[in-house]
Amino acid sequence: MNAILFYTFASIAVISALMVITRRNPLMSALMLVSCFLATAIIFALLDATFLAVLQILIYAGAIMVLFIFVIMLVHTDNKFLKIRTITFSKTLGTMAVIYMAIVLCIAVWVPPFVKAPDSGISFTATQSIGRSLVTTYAIPFELLSVLLLVAIIGAILLSKKEV
Amino acid sequence: MITLHHYIILSIILFTIGAIGAITRRNVIVIFMCIELMLNAANIAFLAFARWDLLIQGKIFVLFIVAIAAAETAIGLAIIILLYRNKKTVCVDEMNILRG
Repeated sequence: MNAILFYTFASIAVISALMVITRRNPLMSALMLVSCFLATAIIFALLDATFLAVLQILIYAGAIMVLFIFVIMLVHTDNKFLKIRTITFSKTLGTMAVIYMAIVLCIAVWVPPFVKAPDSGISFTATQSIGRSLVTTYAIPFELLSVLLLVAIIGAILLSKKEV
Repeated sequence: MITLHHYIILSIILFTIGAIGAITRRNVIVIFMCIELMLNAANIAFLAFARWDLLIQGKIFVLFIVAIAAAETAIGLAIIILLYRNKKTVCVDEMNILRG
């Protein structure tokens, strides 16, 4: 059951990721990215991180993608973009380098102890434990994060204002 | 049986696709989406390692990554709109004024 779910949603995620980088229209890329994020949310749920799966759908597939689609609508995609794609030397070289990196990583990761996941106790699966460590051990990073979000909001408003 | 390796390989594949997209595409919005894809792949790896070692820290880190990605997206898209207002294009080939 777990294996079927994993393979189904992993292939959905990989295929939608491929669609993101191959579609010519940025709006199609954005919709495929939503599908990739939803499949990833299921993968998160399979990893016993149900809270983060919900967060993934709410923040990534909801908020961030709405922002992306807004900007795609605001930015007028002229016909110049839809011109024929060119294959340049540097792009080919970069792609080959990235694929080489992936192969090396796969070989490096493939070391024998293939063990099943240990049984996760209630202290790992419960959302309560995340909340508790956010206000005890990680209280200062958490507060800094809220300051960062505030700075991001103010920065975005300042940057996109018409005339200063 | 699904082992830790399956999740890590999935993460590597998604990261590779994101990196290839960021290298080959010319639309700056699509490049931005590819960066989100790479962050997402990293999140899968974090949660997989957290699940196999039963560490809550992996989840906390993913929470921070998601929040920072939201901040980064807000700022990045504001910069894209600013660039578009100045140059009337979102093609990275024409954003070369810093090259001198």
